[in-house]
Amino acid sequence: MNDFIAARSQMAISLGFHIVYSCIGMVMPVFMAISHYKWIKTGDPVYKNVTQAWSKGVAIFFATGAVSGTILSFELGLLWPKFMEHAGPIFGMPFSLEGVAFFIEAIALGFFLYGWNRFNNWFHWCTGMIVGVSGIASGILVVSANSWMNNPSGFDYINGQYLNIDPIKAMFNGSWFSESLHMTIAAFAATGFAVAGIHALMIARKKNVQFHTKAFKIAVVFGAVAAIIQPFSGDLSAKNAAKHQPAKLAAMEAYFHTQQYAPLVLGGVADTANKKAKYGIEIPGLLSFLVNDNFKDPVNGLDKIPVKDQPPITITHLAFDLMVVIGSALMLIGILYFVALWKKRSWLSKKWFLDLFILATPLGFIAVEAGWTVTEVGRQPWIIQGVMRTSAAVTPMPGIQYSFYLFTVIYFTLSIAVIFLLSRQIKMVPQLYDKVN
Amino acid sequence: MLYIVIAFLFLAIVLYFLLGGADFGAGIIELFTSDRNKDRTRKTMYHAIGPIWEANHMWLIITVVILFVGFPDIYSNMCTYLHIPLLIMLLGITARGTAFAFRNYDAVKDDKTQSFYNRIFVYSSFVTPLFLGIIAGSAISRQIDLQATSFMSAYIYSWLNWFSVTVGLFTVALSGYLAAVYLIGETGDDNERRRFVRKARIMNVLVVIFGGLVFIAAEIENIALAHWIFGNMVSLTAVISAAISLLALWLFIYNGKKKIIRVFAAFQVTMILLSVGYTHFPNLIMVKGGQNLSLLTNHAPAKTIEDLGLGLLIGSLLILPSLFYLFYSFQKKNELI
Repeated sequence: MNDFIAARSQMAISLGFHIVYSCIGMVMPVFMAISHYKWIKTGDPVYKNVTQAWSKGVAIFFATGAVSGTILSFELGLLWPKFMEHAGPIFGMPFSLEGVAFFIEAIALGFFLYGWNRFNNWFHWCTGMIVGVSGIASGILVVSANSWMNNPSGFDYINGQYLNIDPIKAMFNGSWFSESLHMTIAAFAATGFAVAGIHALMIARKKNVQFHTKAFKIAVVFGAVAAIIQPFSGDLSAKNAAKHQPAKLAAMEAYFHTQQYAPLVLGGVADTANKKAKYGIEIPGLLSFLVNDNFKDPVNGLDKIPVKDQPPITITHLAFDLMVVIGSALMLIGILYFVALWKKRSWLSKKWFLDLFILATPLGFIAVEAGWTVTEVGRQPWIIQGVMRTSAAVTPMPGIQYSFYLFTVIYFTLSIAVIFLLSRQIKMVPQLYDKVN
Repeated sequence: MLYIVIAFLFLAIVLYFLLGGADFGAGIIELFTSDRNKDRTRKTMYHAIGPIWEANHMWLIITVVILFVGFPDIYSNMCTYLHIPLLIMLLGITARGTAFAFRNYDAVKDDKTQSFYNRIFVYSSFVTPLFLGIIAGSAISRQIDLQATSFMSAYIYSWLNWFSVTVGLFTVALSGYLAAVYLIGETGDDNERRRFVRKARIMNVLVVIFGGLVFIAAEIENIALAHWIFGNMVSLTAVISAAISLLALWLFIYNGKKKIIRVFAAFQVTMILLSVGYTHFPNLIMVKGGQNLSLLTNHAPAKTIEDLGLGLLIGSLLILPSLFYLFYSFQKKNELI
């Protein structure tokens, strides 16, 4: 394995795990705060139990997310020192604000976790809410830093020099809104379905049904709403990619030849040798419509991009399709939930209905991983779109493959530990959180 | 604005040392506590640092962010030539951060897994400050060679030298010392207090021994440490006042004046950092051949520094009061219990 591929793989592994920890770390506190609110309002002790159980999950994920985030803040320099040397002053603004938001989150978490029976209920509730709000703010800020790599602005690149730097403009680049919106909604959808799925499993097993039903309801509402509105933000993101990263969009769609009435290919595999998408269903004009809002106008294909500037097509396309398929499935499940809520309440306790949610537990996170694969692999060969190549940014230190192996082991170990801890938390619900039922 | 950013950088480094360092120290104290007293010590420790744990380690994030936004040259060179010690430090941070959280949030507290978390926690509490110290030592040891051609001279000898390693050990002892002094005030039990006083004394002796070793190592590596510290009034004053406050600390330690001894211990560490930092200011990294990386010349363009400074000022208005209130509330409530 050469150092460049090793560095990219290590970054991919690190981001791939961090995104899971951080999504849960930023969304769970919101669920927790909702349940806490219901307890304060209704006085129903089950809500208090749910809040306390969830707060343990938050603490575990916060700790894991904090260390994997610390690793990442160093990895940017350890693996990509040339990138950081130039990009740091330009896109660093959201990172420094994120540092602030994260700090506040850590302080609020200290208050919340250790604040039971110590503070006034509403003060205590506020600290929990602040954990959620600052977590989401952190997420938006970090994603806006990433969006700058996709759509760099706030500087002039003249003769290899980065001049007239404006960090604020860089932070509010043309992609920050669509990208962070898409990610924030995705975090709610993925976490909502994952949490709902676990509680659905416990309901199906008839364990602490009242407790798990209350928890399920809070999580599923967020997950379902997020999954239903996500396609709209996806459309925004795709239009943005068409405008600023035509190569990425073309790779996502395995769309090789620029044409009018550009078709959208559903499914299929990119055949890079013959420059076409195989085995897919073509819907003529739909890609033109999605990009241009009319069926006729052409969309730029991969033929407009020099081969040396094209991203890996097969991976980008497959990852994109996977994300879309899962996104659609979760949206349908979400709609089904609301149908059940309004018209068919008997479904809510049916086995098939619960099974659907149990099956959906990991789906949201698979979609998140696929989505980030599209974003990151689709940007290649650039680390800063159109400005700096990833290969020019990599560290000169040899032997990166060993650090890649090391971090792979660490992340897998950490994840196994987290799963182990969560399963013990769930197993202990009757003893620790919900003694009565 | 550049000076405001630099001030925040030093503030973050000092606070990470004082707060994060004490957290490392707590693990080190645990490592050197006999099995008989371990549970009790652990309980006191957890009680003291649990609520503030995550916040203490945010200062490292703030330090890194200031470096890579404001001083990208320094950050990228550090990351390149000190890649290996940074990596080991990260392993340490990961291991102890998660082990600390896991041992408290494991729903089943059985001896086997608990002792597993404890082992990881104490060993990584030793490794992390060791490598933090090694990194700090390497930054000023002039062993980083920007022209290096071989793997060893570029990526190994930059940090693996007597000076850096003794600074690492000195940092470990200092962390343990800070923790022991802080913990004296956290317990209501007289026996335990006496144990912490004894630990503080041992750590204090270690600080002096390792401090001496740092001077010897500096001689071996041809580093003018004595000149740095005794060669100018500010550094000299800092060291002398640290020494005086050390004497004062030992006078007060037996009188149960816990607040004042904490202030003294924190003061001493700050003075040590000041005395070394002042001599080198504005250089943050001293490289082979004398071409140093300076905070005043190797910084980001003016507009970035302007925005970063503003961000830090606004951020600190949010962070500092709430952090203070966090410390205050749990300190007060702990006293009531």
